[in-house]
Amino acid sequence: MIALIFRDLRIAVRAGGGFGLSLAFFFIIVIFFPFAIGPDLHLLSKVAPGTLWVGALLACLLSLERIFALDFEDGTLDLMVTSPLPLEGVVISKAIVHWLTTGLPLVFLTPFLGVLLGLQNSNVIFLIISLIFGTPALSIIGTFGAALTAGMKRGGLLLSILVLPLYIPTLIFGAEAARRGIQGFETQTSILLLSGVTLLSWAILPFAAASVLRINLR
Amino acid sequence: MAISIESLSVSRGGVNLLQGVDIELENGQAGILRGPNGVGKTTLLRALAGLQPVESGTIKCSLEDICYSGHADGVKPTLTVQENLEFWANIFGSPSIREVAEKFMIIELLNTKVGNLSAGQKRRVGLARLGLTGRQVWLLDEPTVSLDETSVKIFGNIIKDHLSEDGCALIATHIDLGLENSAQIIDLLEFQSNSGDLSSSNEAFL
Amino acid sequence: MSFWEYANPLKFLKLSGTLIPYFSILATITIIAGLSWGFFFTPDDYKQGATVKILYVHVPSAFVAINAWFMMLVASIIWLVRRHHVSALAAKAAAPIGIAMTIIGLVTGALWGQPMWGTWWEWDPKLTSFLILFLFYLGYIVLWAAVEDPDTAADLTSVLCIVGSVFAVLSRYATVFWNQGLHQDASLSIDKEEHVADVFYYPLIVVMAGFVLLFIALVLLNTRSEIMKRRAGAIMARSRV
Repeated sequence: MIALIFRDLRIAVRAGGGFGLSLAFFFIIVIFFPFAIGPDLHLLSKVAPGTLWVGALLACLLSLERIFALDFEDGTLDLMVTSPLPLEGVVISKAIVHWLTTGLPLVFLTPFLGVLLGLQNSNVIFLIISLIFGTPALSIIGTFGAALTAGMKRGGLLLSILVLPLYIPTLIFGAEAARRGIQGFETQTSILLLSGVTLLSWAILPFAAASVLRINLR
Repeated sequence: MAISIESLSVSRGGVNLLQGVDIELENGQAGILRGPNGVGKTTLLRALAGLQPVESGTIKCSLEDICYSGHADGVKPTLTVQENLEFWANIFGSPSIREVAEKFMIIELLNTKVGNLSAGQKRRVGLARLGLTGRQVWLLDEPTVSLDETSVKIFGNIIKDHLSEDGCALIATHIDLGLENSAQIIDLLEFQSNSGDLSSSNEAFL
Repeated sequence: MSFWEYANPLKFLKLSGTLIPYFSILATITIIAGLSWGFFFTPDDYKQGATVKILYVHVPSAFVAINAWFMMLVASIIWLVRRHHVSALAAKAAAPIGIAMTIIGLVTGALWGQPMWGTWWEWDPKLTSFLILFLFYLGYIVLWAAVEDPDTAADLTSVLCIVGSVFAVLSRYATVFWNQGLHQDASLSIDKEEHVADVFYYPLIVVMAGFVLLFIALVLLNTRSEIMKRRAGAIMARSRV
């Protein structure tokens, strides 16, 4: 598993690996909101948690298709199924790599975008915490979606339609935690619920994803 | 017995291709699958590798002894040959890639990116994975595609070495690998289903 | 004779062929009787007036919309465990009916909401949950349509249905939590049907029974046509070779 994680990280940062694309996308999406809503910083700071969460979610979505598509096309997936590595392990590694190359960088970018949206420095912390606890769920749910559509031509749009409904609980709890924190309410409940969704996803989805991968390979 | 298949039946795309396939290979023996395109060579090999379900019949061979190599090489173009091989070596827990690289004549390519290799060189990298697995039963689907004459000969010798170490190989190929004298030739036409036989899943609706 | 014998597609075709007329007639009678009872022989609500009567369409369709998903879940699990083709096709057949019922529920809800709350739409947990249910149905149907091989499609959609069920339940609780967070003063309650007076309650039960019968008839019909489609495909595959 470690070997797979390192291999995929290496591929991601090499030319054409797509690392940074979703980060750029996140950046653009978020700075487009002021263009659409208007330059009123007070209003912007109100919608900032939602904007950043939806932006992060869409940026995650954008990079999902790559998770299995390349390995499927060049036969690597066939070979991994016949290797000693359990397919569940492959899924977990892929999700970890996706999080390291997409979810985690988004968290680092958030403070800067928070400033653009008029968030107080002290409030950005709530967004960072909610994203740290929430983005791993986005990665594993997305990996499941990618496994469902592995091997389909033009699976990208289908993937979005399948994955987005599954993102609803994460989005609701995550954005709620950030919003409550910024409004000065207690955030513990929503953070706990958010972590619950994340843990549940990581507990069940590797098995589901591995089973649909096997189905897609035959 | 390295691998033993009894009255195996496989389907593809809802149509039954092969029926009653019986193959037995001893340790140190190779089997060569022959038959026209579309007869079901790839389907049979994938079924043996556990990549697709069989309709009926038994396969006596542990999946942990099987190493499958298909049409695609499964190598990453943005990584170097060495990085590609090291990855598989790690997965299969084998120690050194140098020995294998020498055997497959890619030692001087180790630091080249796979994306810059020719199709034949890339194929050799893909095949080198076989040497890293340390597994006994090789299932090879058209392994010599895009290999030149010398490489084919070298690869034939590698298979012979593998057989002499008590290994075993089942190969779908149209090319003479120099194994024909000792190998068991299996003509899949013998096991071809009657035209119109459907997979059990389709059969249920008739 | 075991229940599972009807998992044979041909036996199922025969049985469903006999059953569908009965279910259709029963459903028609029950729905007409229940709706006329509800529309013409119950008093207007003292607060809501005649608009309360939309309840007789709204509640049964919502009830069927949710239970259709449960039926699909059970059928999917049966397919994954026992590999009965009829089960997979019944799940596929139920999805369009489920989504239609969801849409009816949402639209009647909006029509009811306009005179009552003065707005077509309210982000009330219940309404939101139905919108989310709609999305889940949509994903399920789209996945069936996207996969060519019928067995692969059945497998993939079954796993999606199971995973989707978990996340649908999570979403349901998430919306409750989320709405509390937004509007502390939720004065509008859509839970009225849970404390409706007996005079509204009995006709409602009749219509609900009618909707369930209708659902069964439609699922049987749809499953039949799915089986026939597969059958046609198999016959064509045989003649092609």
